[in-house]
Amino acid sequence: MGNILTQWLGDNLLTFILIPVPVLVWVLIFALYAVLGERKVSAWMQNRIGPNRTDKYGLLQTMLDVVKLIQKELIIPNRADRVYFRIAPYIVFTATFMGFAVLPFSSVFIGVDLNLGLFYFFAITSLSVIGVLMAGWSSNNKSSLFGGMRTVAQIVSYEIPTALSAIVVVMLAGTLSMQRFAEIQSGGILNWYIFGGPGSLIKFILIPVMVVSALILFISTLAETNRTPFDLTEADSELVAGVHIEYSGMMFAMFFLAEYAQMFAVSGIITTLFLGGWQSPFGDLIPFLNSPVFQVFWFLAKSLFLVFVQMWLRWTLPRVRIDQLMTMCWKFLIPITLVDLFLVAVYMILT
Amino acid sequence: MSELRTEELTINMGPQHPSTHGVLRLVLTLNGEIVTDVKPVLGYLHRCFEKHCEAMTYPQVIPYTDRMDYLTSMNNELAYVLAAEKLLGIEIPERVEYIRVIMSELQRIASHLVAIGTYGNDAGAFTPFLYCFMDREKVLELFEMVCGARLLYNYIWVGGVSHDITPEFVTKTKEFIKYFRPRIKQVNNLLSYNKIFIERTAGIGVLPVDVAINAGCSGPTLRGSGVKYDLRKDDPYSIYDRFDFDVCVGVGERGVVGDSWNRYIVRAYEMEQSLRIIEQAIDKIPEGDVHAAVPKRVKPVAGESYVRTEAPKGELAYYIISDGSLNPYRIKARSPSFCNLSVINQISRGHMIADVVMILGSFDIVLGCIDR
Repeated sequence: MGNILTQWLGDNLLTFILIPVPVLVWVLIFALYAVLGERKVSAWMQNRIGPNRTDKYGLLQTMLDVVKLIQKELIIPNRADRVYFRIAPYIVFTATFMGFAVLPFSSVFIGVDLNLGLFYFFAITSLSVIGVLMAGWSSNNKSSLFGGMRTVAQIVSYEIPTALSAIVVVMLAGTLSMQRFAEIQSGGILNWYIFGGPGSLIKFILIPVMVVSALILFISTLAETNRTPFDLTEADSELVAGVHIEYSGMMFAMFFLAEYAQMFAVSGIITTLFLGGWQSPFGDLIPFLNSPVFQVFWFLAKSLFLVFVQMWLRWTLPRVRIDQLMTMCWKFLIPITLVDLFLVAVYMILT
Repeated sequence: MSELRTEELTINMGPQHPSTHGVLRLVLTLNGEIVTDVKPVLGYLHRCFEKHCEAMTYPQVIPYTDRMDYLTSMNNELAYVLAAEKLLGIEIPERVEYIRVIMSELQRIASHLVAIGTYGNDAGAFTPFLYCFMDREKVLELFEMVCGARLLYNYIWVGGVSHDITPEFVTKTKEFIKYFRPRIKQVNNLLSYNKIFIERTAGIGVLPVDVAINAGCSGPTLRGSGVKYDLRKDDPYSIYDRFDFDVCVGVGERGVVGDSWNRYIVRAYEMEQSLRIIEQAIDKIPEGDVHAAVPKRVKPVAGESYVRTEAPKGELAYYIISDGSLNPYRIKARSPSFCNLSVINQISRGHMIADVVMILGSFDIVLGCIDR
């Protein structure tokens, strides 16, 4: 099964209860420090210092923010649909967290190595759109509703380029299992799919195609996670805060948590598909650097770098308009990925 | 299949909204995302400025003008003081004229920086906003050095200015000019020529020249439509006729003339021209007193005066009627933001809700000036 916990504890119910624990712990720690990281990154980009009053370098900042949020009263607006309003944030987070089940953190640690892993990921994470729509609808607020409707249009549209650009790798690898993707790309940085994947030297002609696919996957996942320049769900200058308007306390924190979890999840997917997953960039030259523990390091390092790029973009670019967002998806990204797909297919037939 | 029942959605944008630049309330009628009607609702910041002035003496009005358009206090003071001085018919020392020009051009830079920064913020780019405020801070430091205040100065007085400038101010201003030139380019590279930003603003809210003139638009809003109209050139006040500078208009470098991008970029061009004016003025400041001989009790003869000036936001004018007493009989301010805002309904119909934000931002309104 490729999971060290299964080997140690056997294939029983307890194991399956324990497997999500390290992942959940990681997600929570990541979210706590990614929020701080985002604030620090933005501060550095804007000639500010950022949070620095809580502990050294503001390390406790988000923790205290969470404490504050827990203490806050949950305000449910009048005439809101209480049931949907309450469960929406949890649906968003749960859907996102379920995607983590197939993220290969290391060759010996993955939640569950489904043979349809990638497919499962795209299917399950897009469920979060239901939660967002629920939140927008049940808030009984026009701006929230607008935000919710925008998200649905946005995420559903961007599913297509996301999936298509991932299929490029799927075609080359011939599998949908996340663990397989990472295993195939063994042997150093040149065997990563962004450089055409493993194979003879002729694979280097694939580089432009793969780079474009990786970029498109990155752009579309940005849109799916509602990050700037595609954060139309929140769009603070138009919709004030979109679906988040009426939420307070922990329910708001759940949305926040889900957003950061999603950032990491999609970065993990791009890492696995294009950047060699948990493979060390030096291949097997230094076996120590490719040991299971170090693999976790490589996976996290690559994913966190992509998360940093997301933050970087957020604090640099303005926001696009909803029609431009859709135009970009349907008129540019999808045709380009289709061409990519075609080129890869031609390559596969010829070689 | 029976026809779907559709209805227009009315959304209330403001008075508490991050991108209405104050307490402006816009009642938007939406057809999906398309705006079919915009109704601005004013008055949330009404402070009875004009009525209040009638109970004040002439010098006492100056702090109130500061609070009209609180981002361009110097220019407000200048306009009012020029009107009051015209009524009094007093001669102003040469040195004062130069100081006033330098101050109002510095203030123009500060105001345009806020306009550019907040406009980027409206578009969703938060970083240029802070860069602009960082530079504005430098201008405010200059003001603070001269008069101790950073926002509401009460600096330009009837018949002079409150404090003389120091040699240190002159050197600091020269340093600022040297520092600021490359910064304009930086902000332009980061924001003005950003592809997404251009996509968001080019071709949005095109303001035709005839509509602009009929509505009384002025300042960058009018010049963005390609009209070369700047009171510093067309009806020179103070000593603006002595300086060499260009009137910047929107030329359709990106988008079409009269759209939001051109209205926006006029401000970036103008900052460069303001620097030119300051550069010329700072070297020529003559020696002398900064107070003209003004009686303790300013008491003009009965009459009226109207002075219009080019404030950063457009044509700012004061109309003063005096009945010969200590207090003005009536003061009327012509606010540029008010006239500029009045075209919003005409030019934002048919655009999307996000465009209304961009159109509104491109006017660079300040509610203190609109509601008075």
